[in-house]
Amino acid sequence: MRKRNSGKDKLITVALHVALAAGLFFAAFPIYWMLSSSFKSNTEIFALPPTILPKAFTLEAYAAILGDPVKLRFFFNSYFVAGAVTVLTVLIALLAAYGFSRFNFRGKGSLNTIIISTQTIPPITLLIPFFGLVVSYGIFDTYVALILTYLVFTLPYAILLMTGYLNTLPRDLDEAVAVDGGSSWTALWRVIVPISLPGIVATSVYTFLLCWNEFLFALTLTKSTSMRTVPIGIQLLMGQHAFEWNQMMAMSVLGSLPLLLIYLVAQRYFLAGMTAGSVK
Amino acid sequence: MTRQKRSHHKLKRAVAPYLYLSPSLLIIGLLMLLPMVTVIAYSFQNSAVLRRDPSFAGLKHYQAIFDDPVFWASLWHTLYFTCMSVIFHMTIGMIFALMLNSDRINPTLRNILRVLYILPWLFTAVIIAVIWRLLLEPNGVVNSILMQIGIIGSKVEWFSSPQTALHAVTFANIWAGYPLFMVSLLAGLQGIPKDFYEAADIDGAKAYQKLIFITIPQLMPIIISISLLDFIWTMQVFPLIWITTGGGPIYATEVLSTYTYKLAFSSYNLSQASASAVVILLISLGLTLFYIRYQKAR
Repeated sequence: MRKRNSGKDKLITVALHVALAAGLFFAAFPIYWMLSSSFKSNTEIFALPPTILPKAFTLEAYAAILGDPVKLRFFFNSYFVAGAVTVLTVLIALLAAYGFSRFNFRGKGSLNTIIISTQTIPPITLLIPFFGLVVSYGIFDTYVALILTYLVFTLPYAILLMTGYLNTLPRDLDEAVAVDGGSSWTALWRVIVPISLPGIVATSVYTFLLCWNEFLFALTLTKSTSMRTVPIGIQLLMGQHAFEWNQMMAMSVLGSLPLLLIYLVAQRYFLAGMTAGSVK
Repeated sequence: MTRQKRSHHKLKRAVAPYLYLSPSLLIIGLLMLLPMVTVIAYSFQNSAVLRRDPSFAGLKHYQAIFDDPVFWASLWHTLYFTCMSVIFHMTIGMIFALMLNSDRINPTLRNILRVLYILPWLFTAVIIAVIWRLLLEPNGVVNSILMQIGIIGSKVEWFSSPQTALHAVTFANIWAGYPLFMVSLLAGLQGIPKDFYEAADIDGAKAYQKLIFITIPQLMPIIISISLLDFIWTMQVFPLIWITTGGGPIYATEVLSTYTYKLAFSSYNLSQASASAVVILLISLGLTLFYIRYQKAR
């Protein structure tokens, strides 16, 4: 143990706590400001001097958002698209990960490299051909367009994440099924899937988050208000009611709730997904 | 097992992995590799997408882009935005990770702060953009605090003045992105064997010497790989800039992604936009090759 003597040591501890407080202000103040502004009236948001706590606490901004069917539709669209993509991604990625983790085959190394490198393909590069394809197949402004294009950038991560998880499971388990004469398909569903739930949860959480945050494809591949997702909805709100900051903040709070809840409930899985691919 | 049965089993083992991978390969092939080929093809066509039988354009669209001063300005802004973001993400992430890892703070406080320091990561780019627009409004809270302390004399229009806009979006992005470094470095710090520090203590090493000779070298692989990934991803940032400044005022915050987007969907010059998209792709691929080579060497 280090010796804790002298005033100098105490001074360092105090300085550290001051720095921690400064860090907290930097990290959390913008979010606190969003939250507190969502409970203020529009005039109070720009009051001078600024009020740290809402002086006249009001839920009018939330009422305006939740009472407007157009805005509720944004939320429905976001949940629906993110949910559908998550289910599809996890299923498809699970199969691929099983192939990667339990079999040796020709081309495995190069396929793995291709999947790792697809993570870094710029979305803007894919956007123009997607636009061309989506228009020519007549699926412009539909859920199908969003779901198909989202799969492209959720799959690579999901495959890497699931493969990493399956590699941690002992092989004896599924080999036992093979000895009993079962096929690899049986082994997958009877043995692997039930014990892979943590990996499946982490993959689902991360996939959902990627879809919930997506902006560029949703902006370009949909057009009608009824097909827009939450991020686009916030942008539209900004254009239409540029001065209704309390509504924009309320919508932002509501739009952040799913991720905050997932983070609080499943912090471990959340972090596993967020750092996947970057830390081995 | 009979020989026939065994060879049948062998065949199944050989085919199975391809079957399991086929849905993924189909999607990646059709929706990723094919579009990449398509965008390259578009960049050599006149009126790509818009006409059914586009004529061959040669390198005309690349020439047009390289002759466009806005392209070079966008490239420079992208470089500034990305380099500053990565440097500060790394610095802030490192400072926060070291502070949280210190044995001078109480474990409960540590856990609470760890959650709060991650906060910026939990917000969508669009929401981050809206929050910073509110904070940096000319009549907003940042101006009012800065004027109170006397750092600025009059209201600054952070996002709409050409002098400050690029710095303001970069600052917002720095705030949004440091937690990736923090979380990864914190995990890395916890993996450094304690005996390294004990041995250094016996030799009478000072705190900064331990940082320079033990901590940083041990974290180097994480620092390098996250920096590369962060660089590639930050280069592609679109929504944050699109919502805060839209690339403006004039072209003050135009980056490669907004430049390309506007070419494609404001000017409907999809051929030239494709050429620009291919340039971005090539830069990303170059960095990706570097990243993969680094990961393999590890």
